[in-house]
Amino acid sequence: MDGIPIHFYLGVSALLFFLGLVTILARRNLVYILLGVELILNAASLNFVTFSRYGGNLDGQIVSIFVIILAAAEAAVALAIVLNIYNVFKNVDVDTPSELKN
Amino acid sequence: MTAAHIAFAAFALITVVSAFVVASHRSIVHSAFGLFFTFFGVAGLYLTLGADFVMAAQILIYVGGIMVLLLFGVMLTPSRRSDFVPARFLRALTLGAIVLVGLLWVLKNAHWATQELASPESTIDEIGRQLLTREQYLLPFEVVSVLLLAALIGAAYLARRRKIVD
Repeated sequence: MDGIPIHFYLGVSALLFFLGLVTILARRNLVYILLGVELILNAASLNFVTFSRYGGNLDGQIVSIFVIILAAAEAAVALAIVLNIYNVFKNVDVDTPSELKN
Repeated sequence: MTAAHIAFAAFALITVVSAFVVASHRSIVHSAFGLFFTFFGVAGLYLTLGADFVMAAQILIYVGGIMVLLLFGVMLTPSRRSDFVPARFLRALTLGAIVLVGLLWVLKNAHWATQELASPESTIDEIGRQLLTREQYLLPFEVVSVLLLAALIGAAYLARRRKIVD
């Protein structure tokens, strides 16, 4: 905070969001897409904490704690689904489960 | 150039560089370890923002929990060929760059109503009070604990080994 403008934090957060988006768009592996989602969640959470600091109350920090909790739940369920897909199709390509359509 | 500036620059550099490794590396194990350092970098940024409790939660839950889960995911789903296709990566970079330019445009042109604060002090007391006060965050706090329980039971049920019936 000591003289660091808010733009720096928001810029880092925007870059993090950009890299997460690139990860999701560029890959076909489901685990990679999970990594990208985690990057984007971190970017959002960083924004919340930044606004909490520069806005002068703690609501943003509490929201970012909830984001962390929900990310844990999301990672657990998503990995269970990924493991099931791997057991059935023997790979984790996002395109493979489209076999479910006939 | 104060200590705060140097700390911010170091943590921001760690975060962005390792996030770039996540996005661009050929090997998924390297990408997962890049994400590990990204989480640490973001935790450091929380520290420079004076959010000590969120930093601790970030390290405990992200680095200690989610990262281990993701590494299990990486190890349990070995794939023979690399997922990295340069042409697709360039396309994704282009699309992402459009979004990034939009974000930076907003960042530059918006008027951010910030206020100067006193130097940060420990937030743990106040966060605990707000989480357990009925008028504030008690209800979401309880709901999220039930949600977490349900999600973990569901995950354990889904991931258990069973015969595939065909």
